[in-house]
Amino acid sequence: MELLKAFILGGFICLIGQLLMDLTPFNVTPGHILVGYVTCGAILSGLGLYQPLIDWGGAGAAIPLSGFGHSLAQGAIEGAKTKGLLGVIGGGLEATAVGIATAIGLGLVVASLFKPKG
Amino acid sequence: MAQKKLGKQTFKFSSNPIISSEAAVVGPMEGKGPLGEKYDMVLDNTFAGENTWEKAEQKMMQYSMELALEKKGFLPSDLDIYLAGDLLNQIISANFTARFLNTPFLGLYGACSTLIEGLCVAGILLDGGFVDRIGVSASSHHNTAERQYRYPTEQGTQRPMTAQWTVTGSGSFVVENSGSGVILTHATIGKINDMGISNANDMGSAMAPAAFDTIKAHLQDTGRKPDDYDLIVTGDLGLLGSNVLKEMMRREKISVDNITDCGTLVYSSNQDSHSGGSGCGCSAIVLSSHFMGKLLAGEYKKIFFVGTGALLSPITSFQGESIPSIAHGIVLEYMGGRQ
Amino acid sequence: MGNVTNGMTEEKIWKKVKQREKIMSRSTLLSNLQMSEYQNELQKEHQKALYWETKASGEEKIRFTNLRNEIEIQQMLLVKPKQEAYKAIANRLAPKQTVVKNTIMAFIFGGIICTIGQIINNLFLQGGLAVKEAATSTSVIMISLSAFLTGLGYYDELGKIAGAGTIVPITGFANSIVSSAMEFKREGYIYGVGARIFTVAGPVIVYGTSVSIVIGLIYYFIK
Repeated sequence: MELLKAFILGGFICLIGQLLMDLTPFNVTPGHILVGYVTCGAILSGLGLYQPLIDWGGAGAAIPLSGFGHSLAQGAIEGAKTKGLLGVIGGGLEATAVGIATAIGLGLVVASLFKPKG
Repeated sequence: MAQKKLGKQTFKFSSNPIISSEAAVVGPMEGKGPLGEKYDMVLDNTFAGENTWEKAEQKMMQYSMELALEKKGFLPSDLDIYLAGDLLNQIISANFTARFLNTPFLGLYGACSTLIEGLCVAGILLDGGFVDRIGVSASSHHNTAERQYRYPTEQGTQRPMTAQWTVTGSGSFVVENSGSGVILTHATIGKINDMGISNANDMGSAMAPAAFDTIKAHLQDTGRKPDDYDLIVTGDLGLLGSNVLKEMMRREKISVDNITDCGTLVYSSNQDSHSGGSGCGCSAIVLSSHFMGKLLAGEYKKIFFVGTGALLSPITSFQGESIPSIAHGIVLEYMGGRQ
Repeated sequence: MGNVTNGMTEEKIWKKVKQREKIMSRSTLLSNLQMSEYQNELQKEHQKALYWETKASGEEKIRFTNLRNEIEIQQMLLVKPKQEAYKAIANRLAPKQTVVKNTIMAFIFGGIICTIGQIINNLFLQGGLAVKEAATSTSVIMISLSAFLTGLGYYDELGKIAGAGTIVPITGFANSIVSSAMEFKREGYIYGVGARIFTVAGPVIVYGTSVSIVIGLIYYFIK
């Protein structure tokens, strides 16, 4: 049941992205989608609307990049609670540091190991 | 008064410059396409044994010129001038090829119209009596174009249905002032057209008005009708662009029966190219293999070949500019001789 | 005043500009002939105004600059109706995006990726990790999977079919980082890999972090 919920919610969040790319008159690139999802996720999270999605769909809401925005926002809020203004500034990146560092580190490793095939 | 000019945009050559040799080198995907058998050389992979795609494109251009020269037993030093261009910034494929050939060189940029621009200039130089023998090349490479104009090649993106696939290939021609074969009789130099299309994934629509403008100007200048040609061939409008061009011609009551497009010929429908091929290499390889073959076999006597170019850059795309487009036309006629 | 060359004066040009304004506000489609007549007229006036502008100074110069700007606006407006009419034709003939198929594919692939995430997450939870650690570990695994699929050249093939289904999940974020880094290896490790790695990731981090700071601030002051 948990898996099915994750599938449905995750699929639905991606489906919205596809509609944005196909049906809007602007040229929506992957860059726009990624930035848009992170920003929207963070804003929804700030309004307290994203946690319910995670509670319902688990990874279905956490794995899409809006979940990344959620982590950023919750990190900043958490930081505000515990460390005051310094926490506000650093909290978001602290909460997502592992993910970002993994991606950057692996980016470097994979780039040195592989060659693009085209 | 200019004596070789017809109307506003067309030059008539009196000495009939002749294409005496041509060759095409293509990538693996083009080799698997419907014209695969006709190319002189099909590469095993997109790297052509080099470690970058830029070098691979440069090699393709060099190989195609060398093959065209070798067919007639010439060396680069037999060329009075070399005209070439490609899609990359500062036309690096052409410049670096010219470095190897060591001949006087003029670099050209007309985006995908570069080959026809080259043939037009070649005709003018030969007819003007400045030179005896010219080499003309144009090339493009799918992956060098992708990384310059669009996304990294390994990024998981979806291409829209209007997008065209940049051809990996290069075509080269030797044009002389004597001999037999296919002659150049007229060149029509195009004007820039911009109909406000700004979608870099829809270059067919951006270029169709330029092709239309040049075809109309040519017919007006020469007093000819579309039926006077066996075919009117456009460079790389693709499926959509070609349909738009036909629609525009129908609206002005110009016959569209013998219009075709290299972009729609170079790939088969199951090759996932979406709206067809594009790029400097598209018209270059299709002309040098398919249409030159048909002309030399006597199947076609007279062709009006219109090279189309979308003159966008990644910078202007980001700045939201629309795409200026150009089209140049050249009339190719079979005079008998050379098999 | 007194700028009379070829019979053109400043007043005459202003008068023409005003006349044309009426015609252009109607934005009707002009015939090709009318169009090129207007274009020639505008070109002549533009050159004149520009030339006068270079010769003038002070207030006079400002007047000519204004005139030139007006003409430039009209040059742009003149072609608009023709461009719009053309775009309508091109749009009508454009092949339809396969929206339904794309959407279904995005749903299925996005769903599958999230389900894989859920399975991994559950395994971590069973292994005894706390909820937060399990979630972080899951994204590390997902990012790693995506990175290696990208390196092997499979992720872009998936993306062709899945569209947003492979862009929206965190695996798409990783793909954009790794593919940019790989692509520019030949331009060196500093200005190639090191700089380009952030082509897409950079904006995501910039806006994500900025929004998080704003949210944190709001929370800090409201609470």
